Amino acid sequence: MARYDRAITVFSPDGHLFQVEYALEAVRKGNAAVGVRGSDTIVLAVEKKSTPKLQDSRSVRKIVNLDNHIALACAGLKADARVLINRARIECQSYRLTIEDPVTVEYITRYIAGLQQKYTQSGGVRPFGLSTLIIGFDPHTGTPALYQTDPSGTFSSWKANATGRNSNSIREFLEKNYTETSGQETVKLAIRALLEVVESGGKNIEVAVMTKEQGLRQLEEAEIDAIVADIEAEKAAAEAAKKAPATKES
Amino acid sequence: MESVFGLVGKDFAIVVADSSAVHSILVHKTNEDKIMILDSHKLMGASGETGDRAQFTEYVQKNVALYQFRNGIPLTTAATANFTRGELATALRKNPYMVNIILAGYDKDVGPSLYFIDYIASLHKVDKAAFGYGSYFALSMMDRHYRRDMTVEEAIELVDKCIREIRSRLVVAPPNFLIKIVDKDGAREYAWRESIKDAPVPVAAA
Repeated sequence: MARYDRAITVFSPDGHLFQVEYALEAVRKGNAAVGVRGSDTIVLAVEKKSTPKLQDSRSVRKIVNLDNHIALACAGLKADARVLINRARIECQSYRLTIEDPVTVEYITRYIAGLQQKYTQSGGVRPFGLSTLIIGFDPHTGTPALYQTDPSGTFSSWKANATGRNSNSIREFLEKNYTETSGQETVKLAIRALLEVVESGGKNIEVAVMTKEQGLRQLEEAEIDAIVADIEAEKAAAEAAKKAPATKES
Repeated sequence: MESVFGLVGKDFAIVVADSSAVHSILVHKTNEDKIMILDSHKLMGASGETGDRAQFTEYVQKNVALYQFRNGIPLTTAATANFTRGELATALRKNPYMVNIILAGYDKDVGPSLYFIDYIASLHKVDKAAFGYGSYFALSMMDRHYRRDMTVEEAIELVDKCIREIRSRLVVAPPNFLIKIVDKDGAREYAWRESIKDAPVPVAAA
């Protein structure tokens, strides 16, 4: 039995933890996920690979509630996600029981990241193959927050971020186009970012919006289609505006 | 001595508890809330050892919440009752909780229901139940006046009858009672029945 406690994640001669880097590879292969923080709204949007016809899509929720005021989306190994999400949900209730206060977003992010780190420094286990995007409102100040964790156990706070497939392109787009938004504008920005790498359409995107008053709300396919249509219309109008002055000059 | 009692009406359930927090001969406070709202449609009235009461009901409340997050749907009242009873039973032969519980809930498919769970983990689904010395009077009143399918007004009349009996016949009767109700619109506080109000606290001079 002692044979199976040997550490699997060990340093390479040049200072790399290969298992963690391979885990990051697994994340890179996972579906794209975007998070955008507005002044009063936080949005998570996740790519939905085409649903097999016989599958009940309601059983594959990609954006989940950890507590009334905290939600999580992730990219990578979904089975590993189930384990982390379960532990986080228990921690949220346990914290409420002992401290009589809801967790802050930072606390639960630190907890999840701590868990991910533990599995890079324990015998006989491999790291979790997922990065998470955690959103929520501070229960006391009401400030919105967006955090990201990764398989190494690092975490940081973001105004907007992406993880999973093509996350670099999405992040570039966000860096170019991020502004302080609120309400529906935040939703549009998140969807626009995701549409950079995902086929447009309500059936390919899952979107959830969190507000202080209403908590997490999953958008219906029809709503997403409507917003996508809006975005396409705005894009078309922008293209037309660009072309019009050119033709005038010629 | 603490009193908790409850009954089921036409499409609602009521739980009543006294609100005195007592330590030996000292009354700490007379507005203690002993009926925990477990979730949107469940009430848990508890009496017994003060620390155990608060700890155990909060523990059940957090587990009910956890179930909802894990599974996307709330626990049924029956499942909650069985879970509560299971926890009491597991602790019984090691480190027992000295808490008596009346659990009331409203489920869409089943309607209102009431469960009697005592400190040695018996579980009974009932129409009316009571704990404590007050139960001698409350149960007798309810046996005499309870009918199936009472309206809220009729049920509250019966509750007031029980409270009157407890107040007049129990040597150390609790002065104040709290009534909570659960129906299709949710669990909420219904009313207080106070015969002693805390003296108004003077505001500090500016």
